[in-house]
Amino acid sequence: MKFHRIYALSLRHLYVIRSSLPRILDLIYWPTIQIVLWGFISKFFATHSDFYNHTVGVILSAAILYDFLFRSSISFNMLFLEEIWSRNFTNLFVSPLKISEIITALTATALLRTLIGIIPAILLAAPFFGVSIFNLGPSLILLFLSLYLFGITLGLLVTSGLLRYGPAFENVAWSSLFLLAPLGCVYYPLSILPDWLQILAKGLPLVYIFEEVRSILLNNVVNYSNILSALILNLIYFTSAVGVFYLAFSGARKRGTLINVGE
Amino acid sequence: MNIATIEVNNLAKRFKNALAVNNISFKINKGTIIGLLGPNGCGKSTTIGMMLGLIKPTSGTVVINGQNIENNRTSLLEKMNFISPYIELPKKLTVEENLKVYGRLYGVKNLEGKISEIMEKLNLTEFKKRKTGELSSGQKNRVSLAKALVNDPEILFLDEPTASLDPDVGDNIRTFIEDFASKKGATILLASHNMNEVERLCHEVMMMKDGKIIDKGKSSDLINKHGRKNLEEVFLKIVRE
Repeated sequence: MKFHRIYALSLRHLYVIRSSLPRILDLIYWPTIQIVLWGFISKFFATHSDFYNHTVGVILSAAILYDFLFRSSISFNMLFLEEIWSRNFTNLFVSPLKISEIITALTATALLRTLIGIIPAILLAAPFFGVSIFNLGPSLILLFLSLYLFGITLGLLVTSGLLRYGPAFENVAWSSLFLLAPLGCVYYPLSILPDWLQILAKGLPLVYIFEEVRSILLNNVVNYSNILSALILNLIYFTSAVGVFYLAFSGARKRGTLINVGE
Repeated sequence: MNIATIEVNNLAKRFKNALAVNNISFKINKGTIIGLLGPNGCGKSTTIGMMLGLIKPTSGTVVINGQNIENNRTSLLEKMNFISPYIELPKKLTVEENLKVYGRLYGVKNLEGKISEIMEKLNLTEFKKRKTGELSSGQKNRVSLAKALVNDPEILFLDEPTASLDPDVGDNIRTFIEDFASKKGATILLASHNMNEVERLCHEVMMMKDGKIIDKGKSSDLINKHGRKNLEEVFLKIVRE
């Protein structure tokens, strides 16, 4: 891998972000709306239900973390779609860029894009709703890392679909995370799911991440086995997704679809 | 002795039931400009795609500077470049930003100087801060050409480089390509439907039809051989046969 090529592809996307204030506002707008909405819902529950008395922070923290996951996955997809929409796709593939460099550049740029969106939302949550994500302590770093890895994994799988099926796969890019959300146990404990769904859900790192968030915020207990399970699952899925991406690229070369991908 | 920069050996590509390229072989010597002609759908783009490593051949090899493109894609692509009217540069980036991005992708040394030099030669300096999407098709075409030249390619693939340009801009581009090829000694494969352009620029021409190369030679030789007045008539004769 060559740094100058990774930097070049990242730079291409940084120029796009930098050049448009509406684009930056758009990145900030949705996470902020999401946090404000969940903030008020949490506040309502806390005021009108004994059960939720201690869970305002839990719901809002889960909302912030889920949005971080959502933004990282969408950002990765968006960066890839941007190349298709601008009909720049072929230019990149006739350059000496390696697949590993594309993945690295998109992963790094997607993080920046995600942070631009999520940081204002995190900062708003404290003064408006009295909830700070930093209450999760040092484990927060590992939780963010796990979520980011899973977001990028989903991004890689969706972009593999874009390579395989072309722009027609775009709708999946938007819906991929909604499909997994019910199983991820973001806002409720795993025990809520029927037994057979729990077995499926345990195959997702999200379950361990959000169970851990609840464990830290409600019981003040850090369960490193949850964090480790999430990281191990993420590494397995991420490695597999990289493999799928390479296969999709190889398939696209066989079908000749790299030469004229566009809207 | 001429040194072959590109050797295409028994190259074929099948898409499901369609044989897009049918067992073609040819050599292109260093520093020559070769025209690749043929009707739409004859296999020109697929051939170029395989030569650029974008499309995996069903069989056969493309050897560039003695290396198979399939196994040496990255190192070979550093010395090559490509433009086509069917692909574009990011519209939201300025001309200068696009050239900076591609210059870095190709690891160009002294990039700022290189960009200034190319922009000056292609009369793009006044547009350097303009977004590429805001330019006219002729200006965009020049920006694409600038991108294709930013790495001083040894091998350049030009797919209809003057399509949809007015005669004046088209002529300027042709002059620029001639100048670039002679000064840099670059090898160029030109696919075009503009027969005057091919006659003017190319040392030799290959005619493709139904995935095969059915004739090749100097434009003048092909005109004499087929008993026609110009290359356009030769093209029409071959296509309609």
